[in-house]
Amino acid sequence: MSILMNKDTRILVQGITGREGRFHTQRMLEYGAQVVAGVTPGKGGQWVFERIPVFDTVRDAVRATGAEVSVIFVPARFAADAILEAADGGVRLVVAITEGIPVQDMMRAVTYLDSKGVQLVGPNCPGVLVPGQTKAGIIPGNITMPGPVGVVSRSGTLTYEVMYAMKNKGIGVSTTVGIGGDPVHGLGFIEVLKMFEEDPDTRAVVLIGEIGGTEEQQAAEFIAKHMSKPVVGYIAGRTAPPGKRMGHAGAIVEGGEGTAEEKIRALEAAGVQVARHPEEIADIMAALL
Amino acid sequence: MKLHEYQTKQIFADHGIPIPKGWVAETPEEAERIARELGGPVAVKAQVLVGGRGKAGGIKLARTPEEARQVAEAILNMTIKGLPVRKVLVEEAAAIAQEIYLGITNDRAAKRPVVMASSEGGVDIEEVARRSPEKIARTHIHPLLGLQAYQIRGLASDIDLPREHWSKFIAFARALEAVYHKYDATLVEINPLVITQEGDLLALDAKMVVDDNALFRHPELEEMRDLDAEDPVEVEARKYGLSYIKLEGNIGCMVNGAGLAMATMDIIKLYGGEPANFLDIGGGASAERVAHAMRFILSDPKVKAVLINIFGGITRGDEVARGILQALEEVKPNVPMVVRLVGTNAEEGMALLQEAAMETATTLSEAAQKAVALAGSSAS
Repeated sequence: MSILMNKDTRILVQGITGREGRFHTQRMLEYGAQVVAGVTPGKGGQWVFERIPVFDTVRDAVRATGAEVSVIFVPARFAADAILEAADGGVRLVVAITEGIPVQDMMRAVTYLDSKGVQLVGPNCPGVLVPGQTKAGIIPGNITMPGPVGVVSRSGTLTYEVMYAMKNKGIGVSTTVGIGGDPVHGLGFIEVLKMFEEDPDTRAVVLIGEIGGTEEQQAAEFIAKHMSKPVVGYIAGRTAPPGKRMGHAGAIVEGGEGTAEEKIRALEAAGVQVARHPEEIADIMAALL
Repeated sequence: MKLHEYQTKQIFADHGIPIPKGWVAETPEEAERIARELGGPVAVKAQVLVGGRGKAGGIKLARTPEEARQVAEAILNMTIKGLPVRKVLVEEAAAIAQEIYLGITNDRAAKRPVVMASSEGGVDIEEVARRSPEKIARTHIHPLLGLQAYQIRGLASDIDLPREHWSKFIAFARALEAVYHKYDATLVEINPLVITQEGDLLALDAKMVVDDNALFRHPELEEMRDLDAEDPVEVEARKYGLSYIKLEGNIGCMVNGAGLAMATMDIIKLYGGEPANFLDIGGGASAERVAHAMRFILSDPKVKAVLINIFGGITRGDEVARGILQALEEVKPNVPMVVRLVGTNAEEGMALLQEAAMETATTLSEAAQKAVALAGSSAS
């Protein structure tokens, strides 16, 4: 099993005719994902790769194909509209890859999706990968394999690094969820931890955080109270200077808050083994399993 | 992006928030003229984008136009925390009866904006939060409903604002919320918001930070950007799609992805080295972008070794290798480099770099240790 999606999940791609959307749709198909529709306003009636129909609206795409998950590659200035359209169009899960969406747009979108009961992963994230089954987003499939470890992370390539290091030690992954590097995003560490705790095929969890905000500290509290499965942590940004935004919109130490040290302390206090560098996660996990 | 006080106050005034009468001056003579026009005592305030201007001597009172000129001359010659003062705001000195605090910022955890008010105005609000958190009243703005009048009354009551000021305070907070939304602010702050002896509410100071991701909606704000407050290399790097931040160490880093870039800096430190920069070349970087990145790294004379760590997904190892070779041909650096390419087209990339006789590494730990050793030996 897995969380959020599986090999049968029907996926639509918003922004499928764009450069990014097209490129990653092809990768998703190669991985075996059921991409059943695309949406680009004004391009309804076209086909992508001669097998995926393009629709003008999400509503039409969902009606015609039964898609339940939408992956968004729409440019930042139109992305909030695309997220809201997906939620209104009838999908149950939206995976927003787009980076650079204004934060007030996201606060409105997140509030609206919550009220509709629609889940959101991202934005500014690599998406969801279920090794051996499917993927919604841009995580390379060949750097990992099916296995018992759930991965939840605020970043992209750092997560690949960790999955790859685990693969080199023969450790596979049940599901990877990139929750995104923006200050306001959909599913957080706690929601994903909860799903991994309930997933029978996940035996341990890797949590990859970074400077900025307090989500890791809240996750630590949740782990202490509610997680029976072991969690291995890593926090990026010990050497990041305060007051500087480190690439991700959400990666900034403000007013002395959100430092790597405070997050590591909170996780360790909750019984989480925190690795000193990404490859050490694989060593710790190998000893645990 | 931060706005100056005078820019923020202009925006506030345009939206019905009362501010002291005044204008901005770039010369002492202008300051004198403004003071004369205003008549009476004035405040002369340095316009720089750093906190602690007052403590640094960047805010002075002047009783006469002549004194305003002298004070302005002194302030315009100042450099505050590394930033030259190019403008001063000259405005009417207010007759203050009470100072309070009012601000709106994004609460990441709550996923919505939060309005904060305090009876302790005119002092560092973070200090108030540490010392007496009960003195700060908070209420969240529902992103789809907006701030309601009853919430503002609640804040007024919480900070014991005398009832005769409530209606003005409500109008004030509503106008501030309108500015916050209209300009995609991540922070608007009035500290202090003063109640004058005449019973008026006035924004004596004004601070505003705008969401960089929303500047496409506000081209008029982009024009207000003060490049003094930004590192010129960082600004230049942004033009090429690179996220570069200069640090104090001597090991240059080139990485794809922000999280991995931080992790690479951290592991350098873990093995006893010091990173010279944060640098994310972004996803799917071209050889040109990589070449630019290499030039930025090598423009820092402190750099004694370079660590290149690329985990290919959308980014291709061979593109990165070509970019590195292109940059090396032009710059001909004499600093050693360690390259680690993993993922998409990594083998092709490594083959290309073989000829350049660079150090290579398989794991991140190995790469970091090699870079630290090389920086150490070439520094001595």
